[in-house]
Amino acid sequence: MVHRKAGALALVAALLMSTSAIAQDKRVVTWNADYDPIPLAAAEALIADFEAANPEIDVQLTNFDHEAYKNAIRNFLTADPPDLANWYAANRMRPFVEAGLFADISDVWANNGLNESLASSVLSSTIDGKQYAIPYTYYQWGIYYNRDAYAAAGVELPGEGGVTWEQFLANCEKFKAAEIDCVTTGSSALWPVAGIFDYLSLRTNGYQFHSDLAAGRISWTSPETRAVFAEFAKLQPYVTANHAAIDWQDAAAIFVQNKAAHYVMGNFAVGVFKEGGMTNDNLGFMVFPEITPGIARAEEAPTDTIHLTSGAKNPDDAKTFLAYIASAEAQSKWNAAVGQLPTNKDATVDPADPFLTAGFQALSTATGGIAQFWDRDADAEYAKAGMEGFQQFLVQPDQLEAILERLEQTRLRLYPQ
Amino acid sequence: MASAPPDHRTVRRWNQRTLAPWLFLTPGLFMFAVYVLWPIVESITLSFYDWNGLYNQDGEFTGTFVGMGNYAELMTDPAFETSLWNNLKWLVLYMAALPIGLFIAIFLNQTVTGIRLYKSLFFFPFVISQVVVGLIFAWFYAPNFGLFYLLTEAVMGQGTAILADPDLVTYGIIVAGLWPQIAYVMILYLTGLNNVAPDQIEAARLDGAKGWRMLWYVVLPQLRPATFIAVIVTVIGALRSFDLVSIMTTGGPFGSSRVLSYYMFEMALGEFGFRMGYGAAIAVVLFAIMMIFISGFIWKMWRDEKER
Amino acid sequence: MFPRPIQQSSPGVQWLYTLALPVALLIWLFPLLGVALTSLRPASDLAQGNYFGMPSGIAWENYIYIFTETPIGQYMVNSLWVTIPTVIGAVGLSLMTGFALAVYGFRGNILVFFMFVAGNFVPFQILMVPVRDMTLNLGMYDTWYGLALFHIAFQTGFCTLFMRNFIKALPYELIEAARVEGVAEWRIFWFIVLPLMRPAIAALSVLVFTFIWNDFFWATVLTQGVDSQPITAGLSSLNGQWIAQWHLVSAGSILAALPPVLMFFLMQKHFIAGLTLGAVK
Repeated sequence: MVHRKAGALALVAALLMSTSAIAQDKRVVTWNADYDPIPLAAAEALIADFEAANPEIDVQLTNFDHEAYKNAIRNFLTADPPDLANWYAANRMRPFVEAGLFADISDVWANNGLNESLASSVLSSTIDGKQYAIPYTYYQWGIYYNRDAYAAAGVELPGEGGVTWEQFLANCEKFKAAEIDCVTTGSSALWPVAGIFDYLSLRTNGYQFHSDLAAGRISWTSPETRAVFAEFAKLQPYVTANHAAIDWQDAAAIFVQNKAAHYVMGNFAVGVFKEGGMTNDNLGFMVFPEITPGIARAEEAPTDTIHLTSGAKNPDDAKTFLAYIASAEAQSKWNAAVGQLPTNKDATVDPADPFLTAGFQALSTATGGIAQFWDRDADAEYAKAGMEGFQQFLVQPDQLEAILERLEQTRLRLYPQ
Repeated sequence: MASAPPDHRTVRRWNQRTLAPWLFLTPGLFMFAVYVLWPIVESITLSFYDWNGLYNQDGEFTGTFVGMGNYAELMTDPAFETSLWNNLKWLVLYMAALPIGLFIAIFLNQTVTGIRLYKSLFFFPFVISQVVVGLIFAWFYAPNFGLFYLLTEAVMGQGTAILADPDLVTYGIIVAGLWPQIAYVMILYLTGLNNVAPDQIEAARLDGAKGWRMLWYVVLPQLRPATFIAVIVTVIGALRSFDLVSIMTTGGPFGSSRVLSYYMFEMALGEFGFRMGYGAAIAVVLFAIMMIFISGFIWKMWRDEKER
Repeated sequence: MFPRPIQQSSPGVQWLYTLALPVALLIWLFPLLGVALTSLRPASDLAQGNYFGMPSGIAWENYIYIFTETPIGQYMVNSLWVTIPTVIGAVGLSLMTGFALAVYGFRGNILVFFMFVAGNFVPFQILMVPVRDMTLNLGMYDTWYGLALFHIAFQTGFCTLFMRNFIKALPYELIEAARVEGVAEWRIFWFIVLPLMRPAIAALSVLVFTFIWNDFFWATVLTQGVDSQPITAGLSSLNGQWIAQWHLVSAGSILAALPPVLMFFLMQKHFIAGLTLGAVK
């Protein structure tokens, strides 16, 4: 059953092709992407630079709606593969690599010294010893805090190195007394709680634990896992009530209105906070506090990537373009426009942006390692089960045993011992 | 054997009479077979496979045969169990549409000025897309500022965010679903009431029947066809509860409001899904449940046809 | 008549009834009225927490905004592109199937009829994966016609049930008489039955229009972008972008609800005749 007819989707292909004029005398590289307006403009600027340096190549970008793209990529990779496609590193690219839809680009890495310049992303770009992705941007996660809320509750602001975990929890108690949510989040889409859990897990047991847990190698009923939930339980009373019914942007509104003091979030949220009226004066950033003393600090920094497809019609020129995207020059430019961090260690960051510099600082000194994020480090089904467990714990902490048992059953089913 | 040449005309007409129905049926039957019958067979087949929805570069199917594996997994899947229970809640509580719809129909079955407009306006919710109904109720239930939240806050001192509460969320969505469903049942009963034989009512009145007794012994029996249709559409509505769950909660919090129709979609096409075979297995279970009701409906139709 | 006509009650009860009607309606449509009101509320009201009080002004700009700044107009056009061909296709096909099943007593007639009826009740999910796969293979994924073709096929089930019963109720003598006259079968269909079908065609057209306009599931499964997504799916994705902007969500909702509501009011009699088919016998 279900055999695919060759040449299917011809019509869709024709529609896609017609969106940009085909220059006959140039060699065309097609690229499917899922950018919002600002990143799109930045990508088009990169293309312009690249074409100026390589006048014989014409890079044609087809942009998709971000959400629709997740679905579309599954279709176009087989039916009508472009040369290049946007996606994500680590486990997120695994299904496409295993189905043979993403091409091995280890040569691009080797020929351009990327193992050196993209050192922090080698692991997340590699499957079975071969590289399948060019990482070109990431962003830090951490704790954003509202200085006005601190002032309103009369809590002392965190210093240069942040605060200790004990201090953080003690502050939470004071915020609670002032009827301010110590930590806010909106978990209706689940992933925001994974950020909180990941940090508790990274700080309690370190990077290797996070990685092993996501890979199904650690039991949910192990003492280490229980230790993470024990810390989670300390935080639980201070998290915004009804977070399960609101989106992360709704929670951002709570944060902006000084009704919450902290938000464990990714750096992309800064734009939303500032749209809501916050400025560099009342918005602060700190790394998540240390919990178990002496554990090497690891951070979360989900990486976005570009891939060469197996069905690429012009792989040679596509690889030239990928090498360009990997370069310090291109990454500095794109990330400056978008407000994210380049993965190339030789790239530069806008020194006037305190959040970018703080993030760059936090990530470049994260000796423990860089995690992708729970839902990219774990397999899709396992990731979802985990996030539902985290959300449930945050709503019903008394259900801990039931949650752990259910997660353990899922683990044993997905990863038979 | 010698025989007179058959009457040309009769043969042609006979041929035409045999052939004509099939000619008329072919286009509709073809479309229906391609888009409804065949997919059912394919889904059942697929439910024995493990497949992530991808084809390889040569366009070949990449699934593997797992026999009853998907069904065995369903038996121990807590999310499936939750969905099944929620479906049951939907089925049972959706039946409330019948008495409420009947009540409104009786309330509106008068001949006063403007009653036609009232009837249409009461019917309104059914005409609106479930997406819109879902958005309306999501706004109604919203924590902190939703009207329902404010009401509970005023009454009980603490607001209830229905869609954040794992124990209440399904009921909240069912209420949203009942709104248009009641309207539908109401219109069925209004039509039914229109056709209740007046002489029987008058006769019963002369016998002193009124109120509940009249309703129960005289009116309801005459409304049986309307009730039958109302049950059917309500059951179908309850089992098709995809739109509202998808719009209002996407199955959350932590899967508490999942129903089979949504869980299937989540497994097959959701962001963390793409387990086509497993999704197909869920669909087969849903199909089997629906088949119970479909068979009942067909059986009754068959009986009615025979009576004619 | 049941219940007893209110005119036979005391003046007090009659007065109470006329009062109860608008009150009941107000409660019944309360959620909708709230949304309609919110759709005209200035954004500043919501920002200041004025969700249910008197609006500080009437903000038609909410509607202007969603038309100029979001593709909602495109979504509505897409919906028409899916809905109208579906109405024509499903009504056309079912006229023929209904005719065949009502007029000819061939072997298997009842079986074919029940198959159409049963198919009509099948849960969408059992069709989802194969239909999506087939639509992809035919190159019709994310197109209006890919979606419309499926809808035509599926709606044919319900429409056939309707048409067949309608034709069954027509006087069969008409057809008999024509046959005696030697009129060809297709001419019987075209010149005798079809002209009598006008009410049925009207009823089915409004019903199918409403069903398809309001369809969300198949819109989600078979389309994905601004270029082909109908309004239901479009509204759902806009809702993802309009978080906490309830004035926009409300305006979008009202717009999405408008065409079927208009259709209902213009064709009320047919609409209800279609829906309540079988409720009386």
